[in-house]
Amino acid sequence: MQRLQAHIDHFRRLDDLAQADSIIHRLHPAIKILTTLIFVIAVASYAKYDVTGLLPLVLYPVAIITLGRLPLTYFAERMLVLLPFVFFLAIANPFLDRVPLFDMFGVMITGGWVSFISIVLKFLLAVTAVLALVATTGIHDICSVLMRAGVPRILVLQLLLLYRYLSLLLEEAYRIEQAYLLRSGGTGHGITPKVWGSLAGGLLLRTYVRAQRIYDAMLCRGFAGELRLLRPARLTTGSVAYLAFWTTFIICARMINIPAQIGTLVRGVLG
Amino acid sequence: MNQGCAVVAIFIGRSDSMHMADALISPAVGGTLWAAGAALTYYSAKKIGPDFHAQKAPLMGVLGAFVFAAQMINFAIPGTGSSGHLGGGLMLSVLLGPYAGFLTMASILTIQALLFADGGLLALGCNIVNLAFFPCFIAYPLIYRKAAGDQPSRRRMTVAVTLATVAGLQLGALGVVAETLLSGITELPFQTFTMFMLPIHLAIGLAEAAVTTAVLWYVRQEAPGLFSVSSHSKDKVTASVSLRRILLAVAIGTVVTAGMFSWFASLSPDGLEWAIQKTAGRNELENSSAIHTLAGAWQEKIALFPDYQATLPGISDTKESKRETKVIWPAVSEGASVAGLIGSTLTLVVAGAVGAGCRVLAKRNAP
Repeated sequence: MQRLQAHIDHFRRLDDLAQADSIIHRLHPAIKILTTLIFVIAVASYAKYDVTGLLPLVLYPVAIITLGRLPLTYFAERMLVLLPFVFFLAIANPFLDRVPLFDMFGVMITGGWVSFISIVLKFLLAVTAVLALVATTGIHDICSVLMRAGVPRILVLQLLLLYRYLSLLLEEAYRIEQAYLLRSGGTGHGITPKVWGSLAGGLLLRTYVRAQRIYDAMLCRGFAGELRLLRPARLTTGSVAYLAFWTTFIICARMINIPAQIGTLVRGVLG
Repeated sequence: MNQGCAVVAIFIGRSDSMHMADALISPAVGGTLWAAGAALTYYSAKKIGPDFHAQKAPLMGVLGAFVFAAQMINFAIPGTGSSGHLGGGLMLSVLLGPYAGFLTMASILTIQALLFADGGLLALGCNIVNLAFFPCFIAYPLIYRKAAGDQPSRRRMTVAVTLATVAGLQLGALGVVAETLLSGITELPFQTFTMFMLPIHLAIGLAEAAVTTAVLWYVRQEAPGLFSVSSHSKDKVTASVSLRRILLAVAIGTVVTAGMFSWFASLSPDGLEWAIQKTAGRNELENSSAIHTLAGAWQEKIALFPDYQATLPGISDTKESKRETKVIWPAVSEGASVAGLIGSTLTLVVAGAVGAGCRVLAKRNAP
């Protein structure tokens, strides 16, 4: 019940955010998708002990979140739900890799801890980048870019239909589960095996009927297997500059360990 | 070592998803599986053809939404205190056939990655292979169809669904292990990781199979016509001819992109692995390092920045230490780590300041 509720909330919020307006929202969707891809690949390409080099990349999500006027709580909630998977796979590292890596004020930091921090940081960066992309672009614009990029039409159509009917079915599943739990007198933590088939199967059959209705309605409106999407706005110089800026920044951050350079500089200046 | 593994085991047991995240894979692995996923998607889209497309598109979309939603319902497993969930890939294959099932599953995984950040963008290919390819193109045609036949009895259906679901999930779990280890991000040794992943996913698979059978059997009783979409004529070839083609397409895509994306993985982990082994004199890492050395050797050959090294203080000289075995590794240098600390703090402060500045700017520009 909690899972369904959480997904419904998240979904609604995302829909609202994507329809807002900001500098980031107004950028060309293809540019935003490309920048996000470059960012995610760059994040994943860092070596496992390279935490300091990864830090400058924090600037990217920070800039998008603030310029796109996205609420931090939205990201925080999703992070908390998703973190366990990555966290527990990463937490094995400190136990398995006990080689001392460097000394920080008398405390030996082992390789395992450094790579653990690196994984968690990579996770935070990649997840915020993707969520920020969708929250400032919206699925329709993303799909229209995908279609023009040559992704099979059937898949794009699936993505749009899935997006359209997801909230409907999530809510229906939520109502069914809630109704069942309210009537079952609070026994157990889920649906009892006796009604597994009829409960989910009932939803499935209703889904079929709904799909037929939708198909009929689509036919009435001239659907013939083709999908008509609004073309995204024209490519502006601002959008191109945006891509150029981030690409340069990401490549620089990837090639030069900026914090190490700053640190050396500061130490040099302080003497 | 055992503590670490125990923690992992506890986690995997509690989680019901095995979506790979971007943080756990390298660009080479992610890119390669992206290519494989894309090849499979194009192949499936071509295979189901435009006729099917127009008629069944809404059904696929709405069924996808159904699977997504139904997977969130908790089905109590008696006597265990835990819950099972509906299996997606196999169920969609049974109702729609493998190609449409695969496409629907791929769209579910894409929406999960985009909207819910469940599974990363770079890891999308991994997830499509683990959670859509294995159930739709391996478990369904090779196990379910053979075991169930055309008009299965309840018992036969139970056996078929169970075998297919469990096999699909085991392959998916092995996929997770292989992708994680090839990426060289976690330290888990192959054997330990596999020995935890497989039994846990066996349990998850059995629960999933029970729920899936119950739903499929109910639908079969109530609306037997729905099954006819997939269980006659058109899809029968799947198991024999087209599987070979699919695998060929995957293999070609894999080889081509493995080369391309290896550019990004310029830092090979094997230098450090090697150094760790030399320094610590441990054998524990040997299981995984065989794979790493192979992957690393490949990466080094076609690396985009072959001479670039992480300038992380203290470990800046991995290549040096590789050549000169006498060098004490790791070179603990307090100066370097202090510089790193200062630099990192300053970087974060700057990022925070930029954020605050942007916030002000955004407010001023507010429409």
